[in-house]
Amino acid sequence: MKALCWHGKKDVRCDDVPDPRIEDPRDAIVKVTSCAICGSDLHLYDGFMMGMEAGDILGHEFMGEVVEVGSADHRLAVGDRVVVPFTICCGECEQCRRGNFSVCERTNRNKALAEKMFGHATAGLFGYTHLTGGYAGGQAEYVRVPYANVAPVKITNGLTDDQVLFLGDILPTGWQAAVQCDIQPTDTVAIWGAGPVGQFAIRAAVLLGAKQVVVIDNVPERLGMAEAGGATTIDFDHESVIERLNDLTGGKGPEKCIDAVGMEAHATRSLDSLYDRAKQAIMLETDRPHVLREMIYVCRPAGTLSVPGVYGGLIDKLPFGALMNKGLTLRTGQTHVNRWTDDLLRRIEEGQLDPSFVVTHTVALEDGPEMYKTFRDKKDGCIKVVLKP
Amino acid sequence: MNAYRPATNAARRRQRAVRATARGIGWLSIGVGVAELLMPRTLAGAAGLRGREGMVRACGVREIVTGIGILAARRPGPWLWARVAGDALDFATVGTRAGRRGNRSLALAAIAGAAMLDAGCASAIDRIERRGKPPLRNYSDRRGLPLPPNAMRGAALKDFEMPPDMATPALLAPWPPTAAIL
Repeated sequence: MKALCWHGKKDVRCDDVPDPRIEDPRDAIVKVTSCAICGSDLHLYDGFMMGMEAGDILGHEFMGEVVEVGSADHRLAVGDRVVVPFTICCGECEQCRRGNFSVCERTNRNKALAEKMFGHATAGLFGYTHLTGGYAGGQAEYVRVPYANVAPVKITNGLTDDQVLFLGDILPTGWQAAVQCDIQPTDTVAIWGAGPVGQFAIRAAVLLGAKQVVVIDNVPERLGMAEAGGATTIDFDHESVIERLNDLTGGKGPEKCIDAVGMEAHATRSLDSLYDRAKQAIMLETDRPHVLREMIYVCRPAGTLSVPGVYGGLIDKLPFGALMNKGLTLRTGQTHVNRWTDDLLRRIEEGQLDPSFVVTHTVALEDGPEMYKTFRDKKDGCIKVVLKP
Repeated sequence: MNAYRPATNAARRRQRAVRATARGIGWLSIGVGVAELLMPRTLAGAAGLRGREGMVRACGVREIVTGIGILAARRPGPWLWARVAGDALDFATVGTRAGRRGNRSLALAAIAGAAMLDAGCASAIDRIERRGKPPLRNYSDRRGLPLPPNAMRGAALKDFEMPPDMATPALLAPWPPTAAIL
């Protein structure tokens, strides 16, 4: 079959690889009908995440049709149409039973490696480094889905792939980012990053009743889409983010701040960004935490910081004194996708939200390597790429 | 409608300052170029490049051309970057070819200072010019919501249950309590 494989920094190829097969009675094989390139795939593409090996199949946003099921999978049947969450979960461990699916205790096959890196292992993820299990991803014609009797979301209505595909990652991620802010009707929610997760976080914040939603980015197309969703925009190339946020909140700062950027912040006019780039270049820092610094500084005391943006390693010069003295609440984590999928699918069915608005490019799987570059460089108005195997 | 908004007053002031700096660099470039054309021996001697007057004159021509480019072009950014490249060339030339006579260190410091000014101004001009470009694609109709955002504000709350583990502790909740506002 064809699959997009990682071969090194900025080197993704469409390769012929062996078809997946059932390895465990709880497995299923899914024929992928749509998959997407995620912003966090770019961390792999740019070589910022450790634990990748040449030939690894990428992709953790995918959906398709079940073509084979293991003997112990009594939930799925051949022919079912499913969206597969990017977090692989067993549904039985203590964390899964509490709804903390992204820190499932069983599904990471490389626990020892993850424990060395993070202290404890987190859940297995599709197509996302050997730190998270080294599972083959879904940017392929077929994919093996482990624990398939737990997480996959059956789609039984007539919704299109573009409307439901993002239930597997970025829609619940934007939603959880807003939910864990516990938005109140008096709140200003500031969101750094108007990429796909930021776009969904904007819609989630509006639907959850934020008084004001402000988004910070510098790409005109993304800011335009953010305005369409109800956000006031700040272009950080041309305005002081801190001054403007203070202006918009009567000098008090936003109550809730969301980091939808993560480890590769591109702040062009800040000294701390230059510092981060220099340290990153000489391998003294892995991530660039400009957004975290800015959020801590500008957030209203006793406010909440929500971090759906992916960080992978070590950061430097984080103003923890400000975080502590202002009494800020910090909420982080990979998304517990299955906590939200039923509720969000219902909202899509009822027409409260149509996630397909975020798709800007739809191409064949073979064009994936080129689209990685286009998406990374934010060229051609690219916000979200859907691949059709 | 899209995110492409007119600049604020403060931003306009900054933009005027950047463009004035670019014009200043343009005139300075022409002035240095004329000096290099007319006084190559003096300048070559000062930089420790005695005997390379022809090269100094060539640099003078380059300086004049880039200076005119900066002053005349509607988009001076590329001309400023050309100056940065020229600065790098000058730095390498003085650094590797200057003899012991003349003040090589002073010349290198002057070139480095000019390069920093040029690069800073070029970056600032780039940002202004990017702002001047309309978005490649217009996504202003990509709402994702069935009604305008103001009409959808809070629409999910009627059947949304806040997970207790993600709720804000009562003492950190807004004051007066939100329930009273609702």
